[in-house]
Amino acid sequence: MNTTKELSVKESKIAYLLRLADDRLILGQRMSEWCGHGPVLEEDLALANMALDLIGHASSLYAYAAEVEDEGRDEDHFAYFRDDYEFTNLQLYELPKGDFAFTIARQFLFSSFSYFQYQQLKEAKDEQFAGMIDKHFKEIKYHLRHSRDWVLKLGDGTEESKKRMQEAFDELWMYTGELFYIDAVDEMMLAEGNGADLLSFKDEWKKLVEDTLTEATLSVPDWDQFMMRGSRTGMHTEHLGHMLAQMQFLRRSHPDADWK
Amino acid sequence: MSTQTLHTEEQIWDYIREVTDPEIPVLNIIEMGIARSVDIDRSGKVTVKITPTYSGCPAMNAIEKMVKEKLEEKDIEDFEVKLDFSEAWTTDWMTDEAKVKLKDYGIAPPEKSVTDDDFLKSLSGTKIVPCPFCDSFETELQSQFGSTACKSQYFCNSCHQPFEHFKCI
Repeated sequence: MNTTKELSVKESKIAYLLRLADDRLILGQRMSEWCGHGPVLEEDLALANMALDLIGHASSLYAYAAEVEDEGRDEDHFAYFRDDYEFTNLQLYELPKGDFAFTIARQFLFSSFSYFQYQQLKEAKDEQFAGMIDKHFKEIKYHLRHSRDWVLKLGDGTEESKKRMQEAFDELWMYTGELFYIDAVDEMMLAEGNGADLLSFKDEWKKLVEDTLTEATLSVPDWDQFMMRGSRTGMHTEHLGHMLAQMQFLRRSHPDADWK
Repeated sequence: MSTQTLHTEEQIWDYIREVTDPEIPVLNIIEMGIARSVDIDRSGKVTVKITPTYSGCPAMNAIEKMVKEKLEEKDIEDFEVKLDFSEAWTTDWMTDEAKVKLKDYGIAPPEKSVTDDDFLKSLSGTKIVPCPFCDSFETELQSQFGSTACKSQYFCNSCHQPFEHFKCI
């Protein structure tokens, strides 16, 4: 994205919707890799359910972005016909699923952040957007409860589970800085009454994370360490391209295929 | 101008009352709170608005198709079935009759939804859901997520039956 160019309100809105949607599609796709591989049947179902929720959230946001754009594209275009540098999801969400602890740690970071973000977005002036977010908000609460329970169980569990849980947070930490990345798109949406003021809940979010890790007898990694950057401008880890190749190849080979 | 005005809004409601939820066949889509509104404009065009229960609910496409088929079956030609996202579906929209039917079907019905302020405080506690079979409170949560996105799994320690709880959102 050319940052020197002034963005119109419409362009900002589309970019904002796509960032939210990309985060959810990419994380949902990663979660779906657990289907059939969960540690126990209940968790297999839970992870698949949450993946379904996230992909559902992405789908409605993409559809709305297409409507705002009004150029005849649909949600499938955004999911299947863009390349890695066009995706604006955070690197945090594209990292391989890792072990169960890694997935849970990431899910906890995502759900807790989304919880605060949605609290503001559901009050957006744009009614259609606010209604959509209100629905996502209700679902994300279940995700937050689920992942938090597991952080506590595994952190304050066996020697092995605690070690893995700690390693997961240590490894993910340098990807958390971008959660609070703010640029012209965010500022424009905030000014229009349709954005979330990320900095306003940063301390509250950090406290929830710190309290949970402490309760789980885990140590809180250093917030001031080196943090990754560039996701919102299309810079990604090598992992995204591989994931997109798998996710998109069928649709790109048969672009006009239809279920009907 | 065709013969569209033959149908009243009440009749349309009666027609869609015949459409049941594919995942919970004891309930129709009005009892579920999925069918939101019926409008007939001056030209006789019928617009039915439906809203999804969960964002990723795979039953939604099926429900949309079933409503369309029902309207066609009743010889309505000019109609549109619209997905409405402006208000988020809540279990509070389920009728009391629906909750009784759910319980009889073996699914513990949702209770009243909680407000946001309570949520963070209630994070660590799990709520007690009475068993739909024996009404015992000696039940335990096994998983927040069940066979569908809208249900969680419980086990009753009194009658030793697993059961599902319709999540409250």
